[in-house]
Amino acid sequence: MLDLINVAYDTQIPNNVGLSSDKRVLKALEKWHPGYINWWNDLGPDGFQESLVYLRTAVSVDPKGWAKFDYVKMPEYRWGILLAPQAEGRTIPCGEHVGQPAWQEVPGEYRNMLKRLIVIQGDTEPASVEQQRHLGKTAPSLYDMRNLFQVNVEEGRHLWAMVYLLQKYFGADGREEADDLLRRTSGSEEAPRMLGAFNEATPDWLSFFMFTYFTDRDGKMQLESLAQSGFDPLSRTCRFMLTEEAHHMFVGETGVGRVIQATCEAMKEAGIDDPYDIEKVRALGVIDLPTIQKKLNLHYSLSLDLFGSEVSTNAANAFNAGIKGRYQEAKIDDDHQLHSDTYPVIQLKDGKIVWEDVPALSAINMRLRDDYVRDASGGVKRWNATIEKTGVQFEMKMPHQGFYRHIGVFADANVDPDGAIISKEEWDAKKDEWLPTKADGDFIQSLMKPVWEPGKFASWIAPPRVGIDNKPGDFEYVKLHMA
Amino acid sequence: MSKRIDFQVDPENYRHWRVDYEGDVAKLYMDVDEKGGLFDGYELKLNSYDLGVDIELSDIVQRMRFEHPEVKAIVLQSGKERVFCAGANIRMLGGAAHSHKVNFCKFTNETRNTFEAAGQESGQHYICAVRGACAGGGYELALACDHIILADDGSSNVALPEVPLLAVLPGTGGLTRVTDKRKVRRDRADVFCSIEEGVKGKRAAEWNLVDEVVANSRFDETIAERAKEFAARSTRAAASEGVKLTPLKRTFNDNGVTYSTIEVDIEREKGLVTITIKGPDGDAPASIDAIAAEGADAWILRAARELDDAILHLRLNELELGTWVIRSQGDPAAVLAHEKVVTDNADHWLANEILLYWKRVLKRLDVTSRSLVALVEPGSCFAGVLAEVLFAVDRSYMAEGDFEGDNRHVAAITLSDNNFGRFPMANDLTRLQTRFLGEPGKVDEAKGRIGETLEAYDANELGLVTYCFDDIDWEDEVRIFLEERTSFSPDAMTGMEANLRFPGPETMETRIFGRLTAWQNWIFQRPNAVGENGALQRYGTGVRGDYDMRRV
Ligand SMILES: [Fe+2]
Ligand SMILES: [Fe+2]
Repeated sequence: MLDLINVAYDTQIPNNVGLSSDKRVLKALEKWHPGYINWWNDLGPDGFQESLVYLRTAVSVDPKGWAKFDYVKMPEYRWGILLAPQAEGRTIPCGEHVGQPAWQEVPGEYRNMLKRLIVIQGDTEPASVEQQRHLGKTAPSLYDMRNLFQVNVEEGRHLWAMVYLLQKYFGADGREEADDLLRRTSGSEEAPRMLGAFNEATPDWLSFFMFTYFTDRDGKMQLESLAQSGFDPLSRTCRFMLTEEAHHMFVGETGVGRVIQATCEAMKEAGIDDPYDIEKVRALGVIDLPTIQKKLNLHYSLSLDLFGSEVSTNAANAFNAGIKGRYQEAKIDDDHQLHSDTYPVIQLKDGKIVWEDVPALSAINMRLRDDYVRDASGGVKRWNATIEKTGVQFEMKMPHQGFYRHIGVFADANVDPDGAIISKEEWDAKKDEWLPTKADGDFIQSLMKPVWEPGKFASWIAPPRVGIDNKPGDFEYVKLHMA
Repeated sequence: MSKRIDFQVDPENYRHWRVDYEGDVAKLYMDVDEKGGLFDGYELKLNSYDLGVDIELSDIVQRMRFEHPEVKAIVLQSGKERVFCAGANIRMLGGAAHSHKVNFCKFTNETRNTFEAAGQESGQHYICAVRGACAGGGYELALACDHIILADDGSSNVALPEVPLLAVLPGTGGLTRVTDKRKVRRDRADVFCSIEEGVKGKRAAEWNLVDEVVANSRFDETIAERAKEFAARSTRAAASEGVKLTPLKRTFNDNGVTYSTIEVDIEREKGLVTITIKGPDGDAPASIDAIAAEGADAWILRAARELDDAILHLRLNELELGTWVIRSQGDPAAVLAHEKVVTDNADHWLANEILLYWKRVLKRLDVTSRSLVALVEPGSCFAGVLAEVLFAVDRSYMAEGDFEGDNRHVAAITLSDNNFGRFPMANDLTRLQTRFLGEPGKVDEAKGRIGETLEAYDANELGLVTYCFDDIDWEDEVRIFLEERTSFSPDAMTGMEANLRFPGPETMETRIFGRLTAWQNWIFQRPNAVGENGALQRYGTGVRGDYDMRRV
């Protein structure tokens, strides 16, 4: 009998989908595999392919013990195909087919829509690995380096997950799309990644933490809504990806938190009370709080752009088709069809920001973005608690959702972080107060010096409270092998 | 739709397009202003277009020919990142009246035809460089170009998603050009037209949906190379300076429009409009250079522009004027003299463009869904190019002999060489060949009478007019006919006329205006597309169209 909880290692590709008896898909995946390994070697973490990294590998989809920790060379990581267990009698959670049995095969009429969603999701997974490939060299500790690589291999696995769906359910087209996922490259002139934020550079570690906190969280929200898909294999895939994604959020939240903590503690120790005394603070070898706020502003607004237009036909179609739900669809108390419901959407009318009720179906993106904003505000509160504890007078804030936007209703407007609509002149004059400047970037870059001694941390980041897998503080998370 | 749609635009104020002129190459950028829709209720997102966008394009194509005779290759590109053009704006279509949809499609079709023909006819080749999504009407724009380059970046694609997405057809030539022009295998065309996401990369070239796919890094370079090649291949006659298409002088009032050479008189309660074409005053220009010096003021160009504008205005803005009565007044000899300067210099770029323009205006008349009637009266000047109007209309009535108390010259028709090949119809035949499909000898017979003043008796013998009436019968016969005509169902008239006007061979053009358009217009009436629960109405709501699954 097929063991659908534990991972089978009887094929080259660990899986819990009975791959060894699915010759067609196995063959397709095996054909795709060398290209993937090439991609990982060419565009994955630069300079650390031979190092032994203390990584967790999924061995089961049982929530109680799904991962096993051990040293592994990244190119030998067992990227597997893991789907959350099938829920007995699951039904389509939303849209016009609500209540009907969930699809186990792709419904022909939604094939293209599904494929597009999977391709877009799949495109983001390897993109962040590419964006982060140079960071290992400036890791502020082995602990952080290991976390980076953990995130990277798991994003690699998420790519596998999407590729499996493409190859299993979408025939020749799916195989072609799977190949193209390796062809597009972040920031490439030739063939860029599909979404804007995934073509931006991740130049330093603060950017990395902000990225995992804000941008990965968009990924989380997308996965949350795909986990509500009536197409069961997609739902199961995303449900399992979310368990891994939690770690990425953790890396982001604690990363930013530790940077803030190091700054506040250094300020206290040096007797600096004014967080805006930037030069003095920077002289301590830490990143001043206003600059952290600027980084937050940037990453938050880029991430909001990933939700697309507030009012969206594609999102409406996907929801109504039952192939993409809302965040925690099952917990929402309505008819899950939204035929006559409305939802308030932010709009720009005659130079004023107003809220307008629009048909709820067309506001699916807006709703997911609202859920995201709530979700993202939790960590910001905890960062502020950290600041408060040290006695420094400063508060991190998420800027207004109209600030520095390139997609949606605010794309052409100039909005300050408090939500006031301002002139182009005022924007130009003030934007350096709100967004990182070249000089800010240069300063952060100047701090990016590797610290690779076990148990040691760069000056600008505090050590974590607990180790990964409960390891002691001086644990050697990465056994470097430098050529 | 109470506001008047104006087909005259000021090139200084384009909202949706940008043109850079670089010697013999022009770069045309589509950069649609989202907020620049012709009507309220929709935004022109993702370079989608409405009639207003197309009016500007049409103006650019026209000016390219007259004001920029040095241009031999035009590169059509998107001015936006990551999207080429998403096609006709769907919300606009969803909200538009049936008549507007039909008129919109007709006009866009005419514009596509115009720049498609520009390469062969006048050595201005359109090259389409696609980066980003190119869907529906966007791909139809590309299809009408001489060459399509597609970026091979893993996401740029071409698509005709109308059927799966909207339950309508790619009706601006899309289906027809895929099979007739690009000769895509019919089963592949079937696949292509049924998939929303279209085709990208190598396969697009393999299926001949595009001419070449090039790596992103070579995209600009390739465009420049192709533009050079096409410019080098161009047969366009050398030209230094263009002719400025100055603003038309016209005045609108409740009862019509007054142009310098055209008078439009509306009799609203009768559902009638009379269009009077005025022949030239004064002597013909001495040479083609004299015409060039006169520029847009030259009668032969001015009359074409004004007639064109009048046709478009009446088509789009005066839906209830179902019957057009076309008259002319002036000296036939003068018309012929003006025409001759142009015809004798047909290899001069400007003469060529003027003749081609008349060809387009006459074709516009051919596909106008109104009952077209010509009255050849005393004092009229149906000669040469203007005589061609008589063969475009559904019926012509000619006055016979002297009319009491009327001292104008007796009604007559004069043919010129131009009636025998210069102005082919969409079916590639001349109007006289089409008229005499069953009696080809009549064409030769008429040809033998070129230059003669053909009064009613001769015109009738030659079969050039429908009826001749003398002074006694004229007024009553014409009145009774018009009363009868205007009483018929406009739908039946449109259908009957469209069928009777284009006998003979099919061409890509007749298939676009006939077969494709007719099917599209049928679908535009069907609940599956436009009903309350149809795909077009529901587009954007997230709810799919509800289809009546019975085949008709
Ligand atoms: Fe991921
Ligand atoms: Fe992630």
